[in-house]
Order: sequence, then structure tokens, then C-alpha cells
Amino acid sequence: MQTAGGVSACLPIHSDLDLVWVRQHVRQAAAQLGFGLVEQTKLVTAASELARNTLIHGGGGQMECAPVAAGGVQGLRLAFSDEGPGIPDLDRALMDGFTSGEGLGMGLGGARRLVHDFKIDSRPGGGTTVTVTTWLSVPPRPREER
Amino acid sequence: MPEQETAAHRRTPAQEVAGFLRDRQEQIAQRWADAALFRTVFTHSRDEAVEAGRAVVDALAAVATAEAVEDAESGGFHVVRDQLARTAASRARAGSSITDISREVDALRPPVTELFLAEFPDAPAEHVRECTTTLTVLMGTLRLVVLETALSEGEEVIHRQRLQLLEVATPVIKLWEGIVAVPLIGTLDSARSQVVMETLLDSIVEQHARFAILDITGVPTVDSLVAQHLMKTVAAARLMGAECIVSGIRPPIAQTIVHLGIDLSSVLTRASLADALAYALRQQGADIVAREGAGSEYR
Repeated sequence: MQTAGGVSACLPIHSDLDLVWVRQHVRQAAAQLGFGLVEQTKLVTAASELARNTLIHGGGGQMECAPVAAGGVQGLRLAFSDEGPGIPDLDRALMDGFTSGEGLGMGLGGARRLVHDFKIDSRPGGGTTVTVTTWLSVPPRPREER
Repeated sequence: MPEQETAAHRRTPAQEVAGFLRDRQEQIAQRWADAALFRTVFTHSRDEAVEAGRAVVDALAAVATAEAVEDAESGGFHVVRDQLARTAASRARAGSSITDISREVDALRPPVTELFLAEFPDAPAEHVRECTTTLTVLMGTLRLVVLETALSEGEEVIHRQRLQLLEVATPVIKLWEGIVAVPLIGTLDSARSQVVMETLLDSIVEQHARFAILDITGVPTVDSLVAQHLMKTVAAARLMGAECIVSGIRPPIAQTIVHLGIDLSSVLTRASLADALAYALRQQGADIVAREGAGSEYR
């Protein structure tokens, strides 16, 4: 694993201002790893959605940002975790248009489409962790149906 | 403790300290005037520094009299809070960090302790020790008050700047008769988007606008919340009889919106502000054409 300076970080998510910080850090980290403008924008937007979920549904938490490498390809991994109430029905939460708040209901499903790997770990009452990874170039492999 | 101690020694340590501060106010203030904190803030005249020192000693005496040496919220501090805030702010402007300021306030303690020990050479050691401890606690509380005011001063500045940004970042520009535009810049959080919506709707009424252009060239991230704010603004403008055009959608943003799955088909969009203006003009029956005889250099 190669670590680029300034890419790894653990940022708190407890207010609107922290969301700005998260977006700026992810944009810088992605640019530093050599992501193109489109991938940067997609990753920052996904981070914005997930960080807002952490804040609003999870009651605050943190984002861990780390560079990863697999099969000679570099990527950026973001993990958003909270100690909130968890997601009772994951399939429903990932459905477009489903919302438990006042949003559009596109956040979770949309974020999944904006990144290459998407993993969600949630237990009712046990908090939620969403881990997403975007690779500099997608390694050749069978694509899962999304 | 023996029963036959003198009247002075029956006072509590805090009262003892209060009495000492009142008696020696002038001497303490004179010494403080030479300390870094006062010397660097009151550069015009030493009298000013001494005056400021007297006020602080007064406040400390009041706090000690109230037996509240550990209470930073004690009423005694209210009188000098503004003065301390100005002092701290002045040091901060001069480039001192919070640690520097803390150290400078701490430097006020030794001269006072020195004077205090000189005052009671014959008092029982136990009593003197209690009193100096009280004095130290009191000076620690003073430091806390100064740092608190310094920090809240910083928060105040941040808060003011936030409010300024809210106003500054949302000018509504009249582009043409009946056409207004808002160039959106930066983060569109809920508070900002509310201000944008309000100012836009107001100007639609004022300018009798039939077209409102929301330019998002300066918005770095369009996520579902920002999109939702945009759609709400468009819907509200439509209710008021104005057609909204969202312009300045850069290629990466466009691709991101598609992946995100947000349906903006109900919103009229254009790539650039110029395109949006041309569209609005054409809808009003106006066209931008080259003047006849004007050379090709203006094409």
C-alpha cells in the first residue's frame, strides 16, 4: 500500500461546516492521487451525500479517508461511520426515491452509482458504516449488476 | 490553630486576599503596567496601563470578596470583561497566539504573590499558604476569563463573516428588461439557499421579471440536496410567473447528476449564462444580431 501525504485523514462530521471540510478534503485527496475532474466530482458528490447521511440520520460521526492499492491500481477509500440508530431495511434504503427524511431519497442509491465499490454495514441500533472506493482505473473483472 | 489568633487571621483566605488587593491596588497596578500584557497593549501612555491595571485589581478584589475565586462567571469580572476582551483582541491582532496570551496573563501573578508575601512576614505559615493558594486560584480564574473572551471574540468574528457571506454571495443582477440572474458561488447549504430563494423571488417582483437565471458555475458540488434546493427555487419562481433557467452546468457536474439519478428534466437548463440569456431574449421576441456593416471582427 502506498500512502500519499495528506490523503489519509479522519475527519469529524458533526455540523454543516464539517461537510464543507469533508468535501474539500476528498477533492484534494482525489486530485493528489491523480483522479480526473469527472471522477473527482463524482467522488466528492458521493462523499457529500454519505457525510450528510452520517450527520442527519446517524446523528454525527466521522469519515476516514485512505489511499488503497489492489492489482497495481491505486484508489481512494472513504469510510463513513456513525453510532446512530442504524438502517432497519437496507434494500429499501438503497431504493431510489425512498426517504426517511425530507430529502429526494437519491442520496444512498445515488452515491452507490457514483463510486466503483460500495459496502454498507448496518445493524438496527448498532450504527452504520458505509465504505466506498473509487479506483484510478477500474481493474478488469466481471461487473456486478447494480 | 490556637484560639488567641489576631483578628486579621480569623478572616477567610479569600477575604484576606480581597483586603490585600484593595490596600495594595496602586502598587500592583504600577507593577502590572510594566508587564508585557499591559505594556504592549497600552503603548500611548503608562497612565493608561496603570488605570487598566487598577480596574482589573478592583475586579479581582470584588470576586474575592464574594468568595468566588474559582468562578469565571462571577459578577466581579463583568465590569472588566470588555476591557479584557479588548486587551486580548489587541494582542491577537499583533500576532500573539492563545498560548502567548495565556503566558502573558500568567506573568501577572508573580509580582502580586511577591507583594503579598512581603505584606505578612509574621503571619502563621499555614494561613499564608492558604492565602497564596487562594491568590493563585484567583489569578488562574482571571487567565480563564481572558482566554474565554479571546476565544469568544474569535467566534464572534466567524459568525459575523458567515452572515456577511450570506449577503455578499447572493446578488441578483438585472441582465435585461424582464430578465434577472443570480450567480451562485460556493456551498449551497440550507441557510444560503433560503437567502437565494428569498432575494430571487423579491427581485422577480421588483423587476417584473419573466425570466430568472440561476447560474451555478461557481458551485463546486451539486449533490441531491443542492439539486433539491434548485428545484424548489425553480418551482417557487414558476408560481410567481417567472420562468427559471439553470445555467453553468459544467461537464463533470452534468455527468455526476446523471449518475446520481436526479431528474432535472422539469428544469430548463443551459450550458452557459450566455446561452441562457440568449434563450430568454428570444422568448421575449428579441434577438442578438450583428449590426449591418460591422466587420467580421465583432463576430
